[in-house]
Amino acid sequence: MDQDIIKSLKGLFTIVVVLGIVVMVLLGGVLLLQQHPDVLVSPKEEDTTIPPPLVSENLVKDGVHVATGLVAAEGYEMVIANCTNCHAANLITQNRGDKEHWEKLIDWMQETQGLWDLGKNEQVIVAYLAEHYAPVQRGRRANLSEIEWYELVE
Amino acid sequence: MAKEDKHTPSVSSRRKFLRNSTLATVAAAVGAKVVFASSMPEGYVPVVLQDDDPYTLFKKDKELIVLNNKPWNIESQPHLLDDKVTPADKMFIRNNGLIPESIDEGSWELIFDGEAVSSPKTYSLAELKRRFHHYTYQLTLECGGNGRSEFYPPASGNQWKTGAVSCAFWTGVRLKDVLEDVGIGDNAVYIGYHSADTHLSGDPDKEPISRGVPIAKALQEETLLAFEMNGEAIPIAHGYPLRLVAGGFPASASGKWLNRISVRDKVHDGTKMAAPSYRVPCKPVSPGEEVPDEEMCIIESMPVKSLITYPKSGAMIDLGDSLEIRGHAWAGELEVNELHVSIDFGATWQACKLAPPVNRLAWQHFSAQVEFPQKGYYEVWARATDSNGVSQPMVVPGWNPKGYLNNACHRIAVKVG
Repeated sequence: MDQDIIKSLKGLFTIVVVLGIVVMVLLGGVLLLQQHPDVLVSPKEEDTTIPPPLVSENLVKDGVHVATGLVAAEGYEMVIANCTNCHAANLITQNRGDKEHWEKLIDWMQETQGLWDLGKNEQVIVAYLAEHYAPVQRGRRANLSEIEWYELVE
Repeated sequence: MAKEDKHTPSVSSRRKFLRNSTLATVAAAVGAKVVFASSMPEGYVPVVLQDDDPYTLFKKDKELIVLNNKPWNIESQPHLLDDKVTPADKMFIRNNGLIPESIDEGSWELIFDGEAVSSPKTYSLAELKRRFHHYTYQLTLECGGNGRSEFYPPASGNQWKTGAVSCAFWTGVRLKDVLEDVGIGDNAVYIGYHSADTHLSGDPDKEPISRGVPIAKALQEETLLAFEMNGEAIPIAHGYPLRLVAGGFPASASGKWLNRISVRDKVHDGTKMAAPSYRVPCKPVSPGEEVPDEEMCIIESMPVKSLITYPKSGAMIDLGDSLEIRGHAWAGELEVNELHVSIDFGATWQACKLAPPVNRLAWQHFSAQVEFPQKGYYEVWARATDSNGVSQPMVVPGWNPKGYLNNACHRIAVKVG
């Protein structure tokens, strides 16, 4: 008999505790909604007023850093950090040169264009450029390339 | 919900909004009020530039190719240059500095100074337009580095292919008429221009570019202080409201946003006049050779050149179809006397029809009908010959440290099947 009473008291206690928790959660939710009425609004609606950037700053696709077009290999972040403050990355990607060429260009930018001392980073930058933007010997004149063929209708 | 202002604005109020918000951006970026906001012409986009879409910003055809955005360097393509007179939306942009942030045509002035004027003289733009006779010429302007991308070893800088050339109508007053009014001494050797664009560093004491031309070129009839291009105000990217135009010379000699001309008693020593800028070795050198500054000579007249503008490279036609070829040819200070095309890599050449220029320093139009003997891959090559009998080379011409003056024959691919 005593054991039965203890059992039902335990059961009642459990119910009271669970109900208490439910009431607290509901109260908390109501309070939160009062403070921040927008929490239940889907974030998609926010996007209509502030469009997300088209290209993520760090997106790399097929080995190329999408925002700059630079080959995403060791040292490219350092190139972005030191070179693209003053000129576009496509001034790099359209050019070609060996180690000596890029070193000379850096010297010239330091002497005349206000480029800062690159310190130890210069080696990393030059190695990156000389490897990924090396000159290509094409003879006295390269073949035509990247031809987009189309039917000519006259 | 702060959405009570949601409505559909009319086009003009939207434009006004865009304009005001752009002006606010400009003001924020420059850190100052935009002084001439009220006098900006309709459609003028205040160019603090950078991340804006250049095609919208400069009203350019989407097929133009952006080589650099600081400063703007944008090139055209051969098939976009088929018009006899280059329209603004197809014209290449080669800038050395940043486009002036505020331009007021109403208060624009042009100063004349230098060792060879008795005393400096200033003209307002309105005064120039009112006091001197207006002339219009079609003038070929080609970047000295057009074709640079083909040199080996590579020369640094913008890797122009073939699209850094234009031939628009320019209207203005003759520089020679104004120089006569200013009064110049017998000691005049060169003129140098100064402009309102700003150095990339933002340093107001540095000029992005200040080049010029020998006094004889300055006194030519076609050398203009121009304020119109193709009958309209010059577009902002091309030098609004006033630019120097010296056709036949590297286009860098035709200063944009012109506000001062110095008449010098020596070769002008402005920015980018010194070696190696816009200079080539005085004597031929081997590829990759180091050339001392004192052995570099200023480029004057551009070399003979031509461009096939129709059809676009990559045309596929049926065997038996005759192919029409069109294009333009120019030769700096000279005229083009002959134009030939070849479909067998220069083994044989066929003479084209070649029109005379509409005026001196304008490009000339050529055309031909070409037949192909059998199916296969062909290239059509064009070769112009100038009035001195000098032709375009088929291979890349003499290497030079900065990669100037590549006038190798242009060619297009054709498949006959």
